[in-house]
Amino acid sequence: MDQKGDIRSFPLPSQVADVPGAEGWRSMYPYFTRFQPEDDERFWFYNSMHFPEPMPAFDTITAEVPYTAIGANTARVFAFPTTLGIEHRIVNGRVYITAIPVTEPAEIERRAAIFQERAGYYYENWDQLYDGWKTRIQGLIGEIEAITVPELPEFEDIDVVKNSTGVAQNHYVRENYHRCLDLYSKMWHHHTEFLMLGYGAYVVFFEFCKKAFPEIPDQMVARMVAGVEVIMYRPDDELKRLAKLAVDCGVDDLFVEGCDPAEVLDALGKRGEAGARWLAGFEEARTPWFHVSTGDGFYHHHLSWNEDLSVPFAALTRYVRKARDGESLVRPTETLVQERESIAAEYRDLLASEEERAAFDQMLGLCRLVFPYVEDHKFYCEHWFTTRFFQKIRAFGELLRRQGVLDEADDVFQLHHTEVDAALADVMLAWASGGRPLGAAHLRPIIAERKRMLGVLRDWSPPPALGPVPEALNDPAVKMLWGITAETIETWSRASDELDEKEVHGYGASPGVVEGTARVLKDVNEIGQIREGEILVCPVTAPSWGPVFGKIKAAVSDIGGTMSHAAIVAREYGMPAVVGTGQATKRIKTGQRVRVDGDRGVVRLLD
Amino acid sequence: MTNPYLVRSLADIGIDDRPTAGGKGASLGELTRAGLRVPPGCLVTTSAFERAVQALDPAGAIRREIESLAADAADDADDYAAVARVTADIRRRIEMAALPEDLCAAIAEGYRALHREPDDADAGAPVAVRSSATGEDSGDASFAGLQDTYLWVRGADAVVDHVRRCWASLYSVESVSYRLRRNLPERGLAMAVVIQRMVDPRCSGVMFTRSPSTGDRSVIAIEASWGLGSAIVSGDVTPDTYVVSKVTGEIVKRSVSSKLRQHRMNPGGAGAVDEAVPADLQDRPCLSDDEIRLLADLGRRVENHYGAPQDIEWAISGAATNTGENVFVLQSRPETVWAGREKGPVAMPKGKAFQHVFDRLGGAAR
Repeated sequence: MDQKGDIRSFPLPSQVADVPGAEGWRSMYPYFTRFQPEDDERFWFYNSMHFPEPMPAFDTITAEVPYTAIGANTARVFAFPTTLGIEHRIVNGRVYITAIPVTEPAEIERRAAIFQERAGYYYENWDQLYDGWKTRIQGLIGEIEAITVPELPEFEDIDVVKNSTGVAQNHYVRENYHRCLDLYSKMWHHHTEFLMLGYGAYVVFFEFCKKAFPEIPDQMVARMVAGVEVIMYRPDDELKRLAKLAVDCGVDDLFVEGCDPAEVLDALGKRGEAGARWLAGFEEARTPWFHVSTGDGFYHHHLSWNEDLSVPFAALTRYVRKARDGESLVRPTETLVQERESIAAEYRDLLASEEERAAFDQMLGLCRLVFPYVEDHKFYCEHWFTTRFFQKIRAFGELLRRQGVLDEADDVFQLHHTEVDAALADVMLAWASGGRPLGAAHLRPIIAERKRMLGVLRDWSPPPALGPVPEALNDPAVKMLWGITAETIETWSRASDELDEKEVHGYGASPGVVEGTARVLKDVNEIGQIREGEILVCPVTAPSWGPVFGKIKAAVSDIGGTMSHAAIVAREYGMPAVVGTGQATKRIKTGQRVRVDGDRGVVRLLD
Repeated sequence: MTNPYLVRSLADIGIDDRPTAGGKGASLGELTRAGLRVPPGCLVTTSAFERAVQALDPAGAIRREIESLAADAADDADDYAAVARVTADIRRRIEMAALPEDLCAAIAEGYRALHREPDDADAGAPVAVRSSATGEDSGDASFAGLQDTYLWVRGADAVVDHVRRCWASLYSVESVSYRLRRNLPERGLAMAVVIQRMVDPRCSGVMFTRSPSTGDRSVIAIEASWGLGSAIVSGDVTPDTYVVSKVTGEIVKRSVSSKLRQHRMNPGGAGAVDEAVPADLQDRPCLSDDEIRLLADLGRRVENHYGAPQDIEWAISGAATNTGENVFVLQSRPETVWAGREKGPVAMPKGKAFQHVFDRLGGAAR
């Protein structure tokens, strides 16, 4: 961190050098994602919460489309008074973002009038609108699931003639590909439709609590609001149910540490009625609960449980052992509800006046109204819809492979979505002409080079922020979702300034103190490396890492606020967690002994 | 107790008894009556004081002597020599004069009743004899430190002597000067005396039922050091500090300091001695987690009883415990620093709940 006069600054965007060996990274991303000279004057932070890895070219769609949608909703649909949308830039494969504020008082006032009418309508009709939302989003899921990828056979089906449809298969290559992108875009519009209003309600309550109780831990505010019957817990609950079913059916012997899911399923098929009973229960759970992502839906390699059964089976093995030992696996929802209510009642009682209690009731009530959406939308959007979306794109990749363009289906994700469009056009033409797609020769070297560059970029440690530190950070979403406040920036700058090499500072997201061996995971695909009793250190813990939480002793992340899923799940499991450290994955090494202090938000390096 | 108007058990006294029990006595009585663990005690009421003064000085000469000083207060209030001359004489007379027989008997019996085994009293079980002036700790005029407290007093005769000394301390140079400077009237001036079983604290300290640094009402802050709490108050030691959440009971912060000095009872005589803390205790926390929780629980009960945040003095005697039978409240006062800073509600209810969001996102209220 530099001191320039009185203005404190992180490195400027223009000062970020290309990673040696990956100087060609710009070729992967469109021109509108590049830092411009004037961007040096603004404050950017690395969105490692959503984008903890360098971006494959196709996966930039998970930045482009969400920011298209969130900005549309805040700036244009609801006219949030003080903020427009979020801009993003990519450098060395990493996504940096900044929000565009509205600062002119007259302009804020003009927008406020529009905002109040529109936001008021949503708040007043929240439950009814949210019901409609669930119908619409499930409609979109149905649509994406129904999309087919044309086979491009030698001859068209006879029906094309008999029904005189007049349109050949190759047309539907593009139409259906575009349909995938269009549905993905719509999903994100719906995703962000309620999001900022939901966070707004939370921020207001959060700030009230902090004013009334200056020392209240963030997690206490979260606990007063958090739901208990949250859909995101459901996949994990299903695994527990299946574990018990395995014991009840007497097939639990098949679930041993390190077992291969395919072999287990095969063996169950040969276990007669008991095996069939378990398999029936399994099939029932898979739709929709195994459409949960092993990541958080921002990368194509975040497969669903259905696609990669090793993740749910790892947890299943553990749960089976517990069920066999007679341990109850049922989440004590009643106790959790009671705890939540008693915490809220205690704080309420401690308020100074009846007026404050009335305001508290209103704000908490509003939070609880909006929270089912805030907590549950992820399952529908990032998990169910998005894993389906990537499956379809992979199927287009498979088409390109069959047509000889790609070596493997997953190579499609090395192309930007506009480049996929071009590759499909090439295939459509070749099928029509009877010629050969030219993409094979053109694209293969490009793809090979991009894969190599991503490997190089992976080892780069991006600065947590770029540009001059702003005087005030007021954006409610930034504050809540990313946990970035003036204090966070302080923490980050300390990390780069000071040399207390033995401590990593963040936020205590879940209380308790434990010591253990660190396991640093930079990528969700490494999830299988986690060993029982280790301390997970990761850029950001994704919602569906649930199964892993049963194995680990504590969680540490680079980024995350108190409402990040890591925080919620850690509290649920009663294990210490420190989030928002900025640098844990850089400073801690796998195998190192560390002490995680979830009370103070400090990780101490013991070796 | 033979004459409830002269000597009363602390358990029979409440906060409304200030006029006859004095500030300290009324507060200790209130806490005792509320079922909080206060060292068992009795109170020699202001009626006893008045009766003694009446016997000693039926014509009211003492008051007139002081009032004659008061008449010259404008010129002469700071003239210590004059005040000292008058007060020394009055003090000597109060301390020397024999008490009426029934008053002596009532005090002696109050003292004996504090001890379960009557034999103890004959053997001279130790008590603290503490002044409790009317008007003390009342918020507007603090008499803090102006009246005497005697520790480790043994035997009925010595207790009677020290009660008289407490009375006499009402006429110390400092007390009289204080009243003169503030123009406080002599008429109606009286003093009660608390006689309490001695607690010899292993550790003691203070406790605020809101954060002293932020005013947060959801936490309890405890400061603790070895021996008597006077070491903390005088600044002779940096105490251990603990913060406990009222909501979850969790100990959210703890800092154990190097406690180099301690004040301990001087068993040979009155008062306390300032001494070095044994090396092996200096860096040890003086409270166990159980004790921290017991204290926090005690703090909440006192606060709930009074309905406002409190500033509490406490002591723990004897060995570590998890039942609280040796955790005592020595004093409780309303917290005043943050109470004075409160600026109205953090937020007011609105017509519709979501209007709170409008205020925040509208760029208006911060």
